[in-house]
Amino acid sequence: MADLSAQLQHQVIAARTDRRPLTIVGGNTKAFMGRSPVEEHTRLDLSGHTGILTYHPVELVLTARAGTRLTELEAALAEQNQMLSFEPPRFGPEATIGGTLACNQSGPGRPWWSSIRDQVLGIRMINGRGEHLHFGGQVMKNVAGYDVSRLQAGAMGTLGVMTEVSLKVLPKPAASRTLKLAVSADEAIGIMNRRALESRPLTAACWYQGHLYLRLSGALSAVEATLARWEGEVDDAGDAFWQQLRDQQLSLFDGEAPLWRFSVSPSAPLADLEGEWVLDWGGAQRWYRGEADKARMEAIAAAAGGQVSLYRGGDRQQEVMHALPPALQQLQLRLKEAFDPDHLFNPGRVYSWM
Amino acid sequence: MTQQNTAGREALRQTLAARFRTFIEPEYVISDDETLRPYECDGLSMYCEMPLLVVLPGTVEQAQQVLKLCHQQSIPVVARGAGTGLCAGAMPHAEGVVLSMARFDRILEIDAPSRSARVQPGVRNLAISEAAAEQGLYYGPDPSSQIACTIGGNVAENSGGVHCLKYGLTVHNLLSIELLTVEGDRLTLGSQGLDACGMDLMALMTGSEGLLGIVTEVRVKLLPKPEVAQVVMAGFDSVQAAGDAVGRIIAEGIIPGGLEMMDSHAIVAAEAFAQAGYPVDAQALLLCEVDGTEEEVHEHIDAVETLFRHLGATSVRTSHSEEERARLWKGRKSAFPAVGRISPDYYCMDGTIPRGQLAHVLTEMQKMSDEYGLRVANVFHAGDGNLHPLILFDANTPGEFEKTEAFGGRILELCVEVGGCITGEHGVGIEKIRQMPVQFNDQEVAQFHRIKDAFDPQGTLNPGKGIPTLRQCQEYRSLNPRLEPNSPVAAQAHSHQEAGHG
Ligand SMILES: Cc1cc2nc3c(=O)[nH]c(=O)nc-3n(C[C@H](O)[C@H](O)[C@H](O)COP(=O)(O)OP(=O)(O)OC[C@H]3O[C@@H](n4cnc5c(N)ncnc54)[C@H](O)[C@@H]3O)c2cc1C
Repeated sequence: MADLSAQLQHQVIAARTDRRPLTIVGGNTKAFMGRSPVEEHTRLDLSGHTGILTYHPVELVLTARAGTRLTELEAALAEQNQMLSFEPPRFGPEATIGGTLACNQSGPGRPWWSSIRDQVLGIRMINGRGEHLHFGGQVMKNVAGYDVSRLQAGAMGTLGVMTEVSLKVLPKPAASRTLKLAVSADEAIGIMNRRALESRPLTAACWYQGHLYLRLSGALSAVEATLARWEGEVDDAGDAFWQQLRDQQLSLFDGEAPLWRFSVSPSAPLADLEGEWVLDWGGAQRWYRGEADKARMEAIAAAAGGQVSLYRGGDRQQEVMHALPPALQQLQLRLKEAFDPDHLFNPGRVYSWM
Repeated sequence: MTQQNTAGREALRQTLAARFRTFIEPEYVISDDETLRPYECDGLSMYCEMPLLVVLPGTVEQAQQVLKLCHQQSIPVVARGAGTGLCAGAMPHAEGVVLSMARFDRILEIDAPSRSARVQPGVRNLAISEAAAEQGLYYGPDPSSQIACTIGGNVAENSGGVHCLKYGLTVHNLLSIELLTVEGDRLTLGSQGLDACGMDLMALMTGSEGLLGIVTEVRVKLLPKPEVAQVVMAGFDSVQAAGDAVGRIIAEGIIPGGLEMMDSHAIVAAEAFAQAGYPVDAQALLLCEVDGTEEEVHEHIDAVETLFRHLGATSVRTSHSEEERARLWKGRKSAFPAVGRISPDYYCMDGTIPRGQLAHVLTEMQKMSDEYGLRVANVFHAGDGNLHPLILFDANTPGEFEKTEAFGGRILELCVEVGGCITGEHGVGIEKIRQMPVQFNDQEVAQFHRIKDAFDPQGTLNPGKGIPTLRQCQEYRSLNPRLEPNSPVAAQAHSHQEAGHG
């Protein structure tokens, strides 16, 4: 537990004076994400800026320094039978809450238990002028000023250095069970979307290697009643499956082939692409492994009502995010400059032009 | 206004109206005072201003042309939905055009399989749920004004309702929005998926009070209707006891669909108005609704009843039919008009506080109430800490509204002092712009201005709302010596001040 904010602020001010860009690093478990620009920049290391500042279980609110590890947060929450409802993936024990928000990372429960972007209530951040600012708050409803906290989700640190994050947390469900049934991917899309229309305690739905997995969580009576009604076998290894899915430890994620992430309408039909898929988030997040032309992938994503990004592997000197229309590109650039006029933070990480 | 100015304004009004009428049906360009009058304010009628013109485009192309023309001539544009806002956010600008989105009232698509609806911005909040009902779906956020308010206004204010704790605010229930920039460019933010690449612009737009762009289409998420919903009503003989009960429900791991509290003034007023069967001698009343599957609701309702009794509730009643549930809610949902009946006027505040501070805040508020000689009734979205003190006053008594505003301002400062904020769902608009410096220091306010500049460099979208000028901040601080420049009370209340802040 250490407060490095003054030091971090000095480093930003010094970088600004020298016009020297910075690469912001938390636990460094997500270095593979975004573009990898050719140039090496000075690192701004958040991993020592740690500690839970306030946690009031009955308020369902927790505030921690951005470098705090997810493992530490979860341990503190578990003592109160609470959880980070967005089930953040971790690609290593060092994963931090700041990096999770910057990369907008949420796990299998996302469609029902919401995302980190949804659950963030406030942040402190150092902008490109070296000012340490506070936005949002530690309460669940707050509409004073623009929502700068949620704007950070997906910005990958390009707008500033987050130093503190306040989050809404939730109670752990009393019970959780997984149903498994053998179906094709196409059938699975239909079933996942139909099941999601029912008022039943569905909290995750994924198709992988010929099987559909449905997670039910909540009051034991409700979970059991649903198990009795729905088709499928109870999978005793269910919890392990969801954890491996969340942290990308399933065999599909092994090896070097490029990994594409489609974020699309959950009911969109499966794209006509040879190769292996994982359909998570009830069909709204789809992983595909294989070499492919980015423009073609973008067309497929657009037809399915969404976007695609090259999540891992492949050529990371090129653009890895879904291409933006020019008006949106200009707007993002103007916003970038509103926070970071000298382009100090993570240049080129999200887009080559930013 | 000098005579010359008046003549100049009238001339500008007529020329501009003529230009608009070349591409909008003439009856939808309003330029006479009598027809303009209903547009002079929103739901906060203490603030009014007559606009130059009101236009009601019927297509996105028409709205686009209005924006382009206004942009060329640097004419302010104020978007308007149903005008139910409570912060004077839709109050017109004297030199500007009101862009009413009322004609954009079509539901374009209900897509049951993907649980979403694509609607125009002038569609009323409740109309979405009504249209989706056939498919067993509904739209989550339910502001008390849902019969009238529009989804465009909801996006602009990030509106909430009594079901927010479980189902989220507007920002949590959107998939994508289409908007027009001040220059008239069309943009889509978000997607039909659950996120989009890069910084979250849709979140930034939500709650931006018409300062960053005009919403022309919204895709919202729909939720399956819960199998059952039941509400438990409990009376308590102290606010503290009721507040503790709220904390205990959460600690049990139950997230109620709705969790509302009223104080004794509000209970009495609501009961007189709605005959809901509220215990009028209670000091505080809780309404706790649990929804979901039948099994879960039964399990949780049992737990909630037991807990309330155990914590000394003076009365406990649970709804056993839809009719009874509706009656128990009716009192709460009509709390504003009910209070309107016991006083000539009332002024609704909207701070959020950490729930644990409730008893303290209510005690302090009572002291202020005595000091100002004005009564205050409280309704409270207890689950998420959003407090609506209703200050009772008489606008016909000279000076009483000013006193009321001063009292209201003190309440908001108190909310920030205990770690909360000045507005939970009604927005800043013009009304709370004075209190913004309590929550934000000058550097933060300057950052807000830079965001605004990125969207609207000339500052013609809803000018004078939402974000105070730095000069307004300084004035506020000079009148409120408790506040040091650049160090809001918020920061002082933080237990963890770090060097260099401000
Ligand atoms: C009795 C009563 C009860 C209420 N209860 C609640 C409640 O429970 N929860 C809650 O959150 N609010 C509540 N409100 C406040 C109000 O209803 C909400 O703020 C609502 O979202 C406003 O919608 P509107 O269509 O009336 O917007 P308006 O009042 O017309 O406008 C509100 C703001 O949105 C902007 N705007 C409107 N349309 C657009 C658009 N298409 N594009 C860009 N900007 C736009 C306007 O410029 C303005 O700044 C209540 C109000 C009343 C009168």
